[in-house]
Amino acid sequence: MTIDHPAAVKLKERFGHLHLKVASFRGQTQIEVPGENLTQVVTFLRDDSTLGYDMLCDVTCVDYLNYPGWDKARFGMVYTFNSVAAGQPRLILRVFLGEAQLAIDSLVPLYAGAEWMEREVFDMFGVRFRGHPDLRRILTWDGFKSHPLRKDYPVTGLGERENYPVLDRDSA
Amino acid sequence: MPIEPTSLPDNVLTMNLKKVVNWCRRSSVWPMPFATACCGIELMATASSRYDLARFGAEVMRFSPRQADLMIVAGRVSIKMMPVLHRIYLQMAEPKWVISMGACASTGGVFDNYATVQGIDQFLPVDVYVPGCPPRPETLMEGIMLIQKIIDQHGMPASKRQPMKLSVQPNYRPTPQPQVILGPKLAAALHE
Repeated sequence: MTIDHPAAVKLKERFGHLHLKVASFRGQTQIEVPGENLTQVVTFLRDDSTLGYDMLCDVTCVDYLNYPGWDKARFGMVYTFNSVAAGQPRLILRVFLGEAQLAIDSLVPLYAGAEWMEREVFDMFGVRFRGHPDLRRILTWDGFKSHPLRKDYPVTGLGERENYPVLDRDSA
Repeated sequence: MPIEPTSLPDNVLTMNLKKVVNWCRRSSVWPMPFATACCGIELMATASSRYDLARFGAEVMRFSPRQADLMIVAGRVSIKMMPVLHRIYLQMAEPKWVISMGACASTGGVFDNYATVQGIDQFLPVDVYVPGCPPRPETLMEGIMLIQKIIDQHGMPASKRQPMKLSVQPNYRPTPQPQVILGPKLAAALHE
């Protein structure tokens, strides 16, 4: 099956030496990018006049721990791009990261809107974003130690909710 | 000279001061809605004209805790929100009462996860638990009437409150459930 997504064609011309893997499922095209080339590829996608991916729609992550038949690294980053002005079809970039090197370049210098989305991925999965201006937790509270969306984190938590002060009638 | 009832004019009544103060308090319970989820919708319905909480003097929802004396915690509370709830509770002036409305506020409900408080009574003193998911407006009213009962028995000046072991007795009889008619296959499967 040939994939005629315009971004895939252009990326093949420009980054042929990286041997990017392209996959398409039900009209959605995703391209697997090595982590160290992410900024380069995204800058090209954004600045190319015909592609013009000017909107970073979503940044999220998937934990593939114990996923049946999985042979790639454990964490899969998902970047969804829209091309609003140029009108190209939506594009998904995937970057796979192992547990040992759980860090990736931040896209905040390219898309300001990535800031909170990357903070959420850091909060939920523990992925470090290099060059992020303010990499703090965003959903869980200060002092939370774990990353709750990882598959090896128990649903009821590791006792984090027991450490709060208790008000009774005499102290209130 | 002690006051004698006969010496008072007809339009003066003598009464226990505690009783008068408690009557004032019970007839003007101003709730502070801490509505975080679907229970808040029922809370709004309770205050609106169909159920009309004004009949109990409790229709004035105050969004400032300093003007309220009953906090209704309606909905699930996340642990990150717990300091906010604490702070609002501390800002309320005495005497104050707390209703934990619905399954989530009382026990965490179905949300037994790392982020949700498993019952606000782990962190706050709660006076009345209103069961339901969400409770119907009638049930919430029953809870507010229980608060009024607590106020009636509450001393003045405020003494240390003790559990009163009050509970709502259902004042209705459930109608029998309709008989389920099963086909032969399903009946055989259930029989096994």
